[in-house]
Amino acid sequence: MNLHEKTLAELSAALRSGEITSRSLTTHYLDRIRALDKRLNAVITLVEEQAMAEAEAADARIAAGRAGPLTGIPLLHKDLFCTDGVRTSCGSRMLDNFIAPYDAAVVENLREAGMIMLGKTNMDEFAMGSSNETSYYGPVRNPWDTQRVPGGSSGGSAVAVAARLVPTTTGTDTGGSIRQPAALCGITGIKPTYGRVSRWGMVAFASSLDQGGVFARTAEDCALVLGAMAGFDERDSTSVDREVPDYAAHLGASLKELRIGLPEEYFKEGLDAGVAAAVDAAVDVFRSLGAEVKSIRLPNAHLAVPTYYVIAPAECSSNLSRFDGVRYGHRCENPRDLTDLYERSRGEGFGAEVKRRIMIGTYALSAGYYDAYYLKAQKVRRLISEDFREAFSQVDLILGPTSPTTAFRLGEKADDPVSMYLSDIYTIAVNLAGLPGMSIPAGFVEGLPVGLQIVGNYFDEARMLNAAHQYQQATDWHLRVPPGFE
Amino acid sequence: MPLGSDEVKRIAHLARLALPPDTVDAYARDLSSILTFVEQLEAVDTQGIQPMAHPQESKQRLRPDVVTESDQSARFQSLAPRAEMGLYLVPKVIE
Repeated sequence: MNLHEKTLAELSAALRSGEITSRSLTTHYLDRIRALDKRLNAVITLVEEQAMAEAEAADARIAAGRAGPLTGIPLLHKDLFCTDGVRTSCGSRMLDNFIAPYDAAVVENLREAGMIMLGKTNMDEFAMGSSNETSYYGPVRNPWDTQRVPGGSSGGSAVAVAARLVPTTTGTDTGGSIRQPAALCGITGIKPTYGRVSRWGMVAFASSLDQGGVFARTAEDCALVLGAMAGFDERDSTSVDREVPDYAAHLGASLKELRIGLPEEYFKEGLDAGVAAAVDAAVDVFRSLGAEVKSIRLPNAHLAVPTYYVIAPAECSSNLSRFDGVRYGHRCENPRDLTDLYERSRGEGFGAEVKRRIMIGTYALSAGYYDAYYLKAQKVRRLISEDFREAFSQVDLILGPTSPTTAFRLGEKADDPVSMYLSDIYTIAVNLAGLPGMSIPAGFVEGLPVGLQIVGNYFDEARMLNAAHQYQQATDWHLRVPPGFE
Repeated sequence: MPLGSDEVKRIAHLARLALPPDTVDAYARDLSSILTFVEQLEAVDTQGIQPMAHPQESKQRLRPDVVTESDQSARFQSLAPRAEMGLYLVPKVIE
């Protein structure tokens, strides 16, 4: 068996038994990235020398008997987590020259757990996009069909796991940016509860929605990595001081009497028939595992996307005002005066989608429009959140499709922002409410993967991972490899 | 609400974004379609609903007012496009 066919959990056991070394594993994955990524464009930056030095240190720790389950395992970080001494571009020309001066909390936590950073993954610019076509470094391609998009914004992170370039990657999810690419690439991805993972050192897009998370092939692997990256951090003012459960220890629980809700609103028009059939079949697997399935209502679900496209741009226009061409990042040539410096540095540094969102947010927050747009959206946000509160008084988990279609073609939605936004129609409400959500592989339509979304109540990640793991014991969709990347 | 090109230029200036003149019409079209899309919120009855700013709605934590950071200004300023003697340089503001 090739090393890259093994799951993270299998690699962890092989490392600790001495069957393999972190150096050989790191070399293997670096070789795969160099050989295969030309076709995918999933990786922006590689740090080979640093990775080999870290692998050597990990091998020493393993030999000394001081290794944890993640010691010596390679990973890639989404390029909006700050990495000390390594470029952190956010997929933007604005930060093409930005060498982060410190590590994000997520990077720090996983480094302390002994993981080996191989580099940084491509992404939609400043995490704004659902197709990974807005990156300054060019689009990422889906390994299942390189003429199609991988989803976004964490497209590079999803593709790197799907193509077996690395066993796990980090991502962030503001409106679906972990779950939608996980679905379109046929892998497992989890966005935990808002506040579970520190946002410190994670470049901000929409601060009341952004949350870091993880991609891997299996729920078990996600459980291991999430456990190490989560936890209270006083440097993030919205980090929640609450114990992190041992997610891996809960994976084996039975699903008997688990109450599953299917939102009627997620199975209506707009959902591809093939995706619907795959999701129905997945729900049947949960029934056969002992779960009780009932229909539920989320009456304001249809308002989630318009609500998000007021709130997220409003927060983005404020957050991205820090990019001023003065302290770091891109600066225009020969500014006439300070206003010219700001306007041209930002005009040149940001791509079209980022500019659209900054302008929508600026407009929504401007005098005379604030109540009609921003305040109104915040009120509807509460209605959407209350729908979930009501639903979780009846069920333990909510299941449905992650995305209405499988991967679409490169360029297909690039000229129509609203149609692009609607590819996150089932994921966005979860961010507005701050709930945890994940996507797991649940079949194929014409050779393209389908994702099943699992939404849990606040801080109920252990139950979600348990359900996903039990499903993966009964199915093999998560083991399928894109042809050409075996 | 459809936005005209003058309105787009005004918003771009508020946001300190220089737009190439030949792109203004395309932005006007895209921003108008996004605003038309979000205007469906107008029809929602939100009488008596408290706005929700944040999922956790927890209070801001307080911490003791003590120095926790060491001085790293030289390192941070090494990232600046132009800095000298501990100062960030910009075009002259006062004539």
